[in-house]
Amino acid sequence: MVHPILKLVAQRIALGLVLLWAASVLIFIGTQILPGDVAQSILGQSATPVSLANLRAELGLNDPPLTRYMIWASGVLHGDLGHALTNGQDIADAMGKRLGNTLFLAFWAAVISIPLAVSLGLLAVRYRGRWPDKLISTVTLATVSVPEFLLGYILVYVLSVKFRLLPSLATINDGMSFGDKLYAISLPVLVLVLVVLGHMMRMTRAAILNVMQSPYIETAELKGLRPIAVIARHAFPNAIAPVVNVVMLNLAYLVVGVVVVEVVFVYPGMGQYLVDHVAKRDVPVVQACGLVFAAIYIGLNIVADVVSILANPRLRHPK
Amino acid sequence: MKDQLALLLEEIDSGRISRRSFLNRTAAFGLTAALGTTLLPNGARADEPKKGGMFRMGWGGGESTDTLDPSLADSPVPFLVNRQWGDTIVNVTADGQIEPRLAEKMTANADGTEWRFTIRQGVKFHDGSDLTVDDVVATFKRHSDENSKSGALGIMKGIASIAADGQDVVLTLASGNADLPYLLSDYHLVVQPKGGVDAPNAAIGTGTWKVLTAEPGVRYTFEKNPADWDATRGHYDGVEILVINDATARTSALQSGQVDMINRIDPKVAKLLGQSPGIVVSNVSGRGIYVFNMFANTAPFDNKDLRMALKYAINRQEMVDKILDGFGGIGNDIPVNAAYPLFTALPQREYDPVKAAEHYKASGHDGSPIVLTVADTSFPGAVDAAALFQQSAAACGITLEIKRVPDDGYWSDVWNVNPFCAAYWGGRPVQDQMYSTAYLSTADWNDTRTISKDLDAMILAARSETDTAKRTELYSKIAMFVQEESGLICPMFNDFIDSHTDKIAGYEKDPNFEAMGGWASAKTWFA
Repeated sequence: MVHPILKLVAQRIALGLVLLWAASVLIFIGTQILPGDVAQSILGQSATPVSLANLRAELGLNDPPLTRYMIWASGVLHGDLGHALTNGQDIADAMGKRLGNTLFLAFWAAVISIPLAVSLGLLAVRYRGRWPDKLISTVTLATVSVPEFLLGYILVYVLSVKFRLLPSLATINDGMSFGDKLYAISLPVLVLVLVVLGHMMRMTRAAILNVMQSPYIETAELKGLRPIAVIARHAFPNAIAPVVNVVMLNLAYLVVGVVVVEVVFVYPGMGQYLVDHVAKRDVPVVQACGLVFAAIYIGLNIVADVVSILANPRLRHPK
Repeated sequence: MKDQLALLLEEIDSGRISRRSFLNRTAAFGLTAALGTTLLPNGARADEPKKGGMFRMGWGGGESTDTLDPSLADSPVPFLVNRQWGDTIVNVTADGQIEPRLAEKMTANADGTEWRFTIRQGVKFHDGSDLTVDDVVATFKRHSDENSKSGALGIMKGIASIAADGQDVVLTLASGNADLPYLLSDYHLVVQPKGGVDAPNAAIGTGTWKVLTAEPGVRYTFEKNPADWDATRGHYDGVEILVINDATARTSALQSGQVDMINRIDPKVAKLLGQSPGIVVSNVSGRGIYVFNMFANTAPFDNKDLRMALKYAINRQEMVDKILDGFGGIGNDIPVNAAYPLFTALPQREYDPVKAAEHYKASGHDGSPIVLTVADTSFPGAVDAAALFQQSAAACGITLEIKRVPDDGYWSDVWNVNPFCAAYWGGRPVQDQMYSTAYLSTADWNDTRTISKDLDAMILAARSETDTAKRTELYSKIAMFVQEESGLICPMFNDFIDSHTDKIAGYEKDPNFEAMGGWASAKTWFA
């Protein structure tokens, strides 16, 4: 007999794939009903009727939509995302680089923010209602409330322009050493950490506080365990599911939602790449980006679901 | 000759001409460059360019969708990138003269219908091949092909035939055009090997800088072309262009020393930025205009009194002061200004509530609000400018209703479609091109729908007129006609404002475009 956990996990993954397919259809339809026209947007103010007609024919914009969807979907399944309409670059190549940059930034922001958020959450519970709790809550609430671009500009003003400690441009390229890259992205990482910290910290705090009302916590306390041990050993494992959920949501944000931070720090990530191509109606690139974003979002949520399932002892050890 | 030299020296002392043009002009008297240099007063000799260093430009106006094909360049970063690696056959200098580049000589017949350009010998492309007359012919043919997507297609239309004759390129025009060299200075017309027909994106040219890497929307790097045909330019070891679209990010990159020059300073911060230590802000009045267009053939704007009412109901000086923070020139409802050759100033049209009210009454308009469509992309500050217009018109008893629309699709669905909307024009090197592009009855971009046989006839007559005095007079008449009859409300000419650190030497203002017409990297050096 198949272990119920395997079955559950398989179900989740299958559901994820169906979702991804649905997303691909939605993305395709969405890009078809965008106002305006690719040829017009590429040529801009310098468009003449003749050059418009030429470009339209060249780009295959005269085929029916269903044909174009089938061609596109089969291409994607074969790993071929096509070429950008605007500059003819191979999308997989161009996007791969940008995606790598986005993941690089998201990775370092996550590596710093997740442990920090969880530890701060634990600390806040330990000193609940006292000054460390209040300080942590106030500061993280403040950084999460300030719009990210303003936070970015403030840090640029203080750390780059005034004191010249950190670079205001986070442009990275292949020629840079690993250390140079880390130095270049220090400011955007700092901003992203400040932006996601509050949400994760507060969720950790709330989830653990919820568990702290349980009778077994009282038992642990009566056994004479130190408060921080009670929280870390007994309360936190049972609060993992909601914490993982919110961590994954924030990870997804770090990958797909940081276009404003990219703009402020001139970081060559996916967000700016997508926005540029939407503005020019470069449909194949928009579709490819949409699909990648959807896959990342769905993938991270599957991970969150699976971890929640695994964290539940009743599912892990069925009778 | 001695007197001429004395005159030149006087000019250079008073700062009227640069060291470079001094040397060029002394060379014209047959003096060698070395002797020319010794004649320079000490102050100017200290300007001797230093070699070396990496010049970093932080540039706004580039996207991930950009290509290296010069025919498709339509925004500041592709323009600048093409300027690095390519050359045109002629160039317009800062004082509006034609400077031979890849062509070393040009001649025209009496009525301006046949032009010969002698192509410079011994020029090499970056791939080591020689520049030939055929390359120039193929380039022109690619841009004038009806199937081409080139931004220069419009200006190549009037050329009936392009042929090679020995060292010369011979262009025959359907009707005479005294301005042809100005048209051929267009930045799209970069000469490429075999015209770039096979490899439009190869970025192989004759320019100062060879392309090393090109990441559209992110970064471009260049190295010095050791075989550059023009030894007077190219003082750095290399150039880096970083695409920085966010205005605040651009200024902070300059202030924190991560780039040496930036473009498109927001007028609102230009004065503040200029006060920062080590930062120089340069503004130069160009030919760009911010406008409100009415369709002169569409109700209610087909009524001349209503058009005049609106023209008198706008406070142009207020717009220059508040929208451009003083970094611009006042408009006069004509699309040209003193930056154009052969320009004659007309009496300034002022804000006049009394006249506006009279014309409004005479127009018999029913008093319903007149809808003005505007988007942020119309021009920087367009929405605020529309609000100012609404206020000044209200004081004349004219009700304007501002309809704000999204940037998306503005240039395809609103501009040149909607009968009353805001827009900008980048300007053209000569008056003929400006009027031909936007005021001929047949022009695709007649965005004021100024349809008049008289005007057409005057524009065409001025184009082929080779007598400068007669031409100047014709352009003055055209301007009067446009100011009176057309649907153009032009409140202001915007400045190009760019900024660099005080480590940069050799910067000169050029009204053709930002960054010294795009040649800053070739002509400046680290002091």
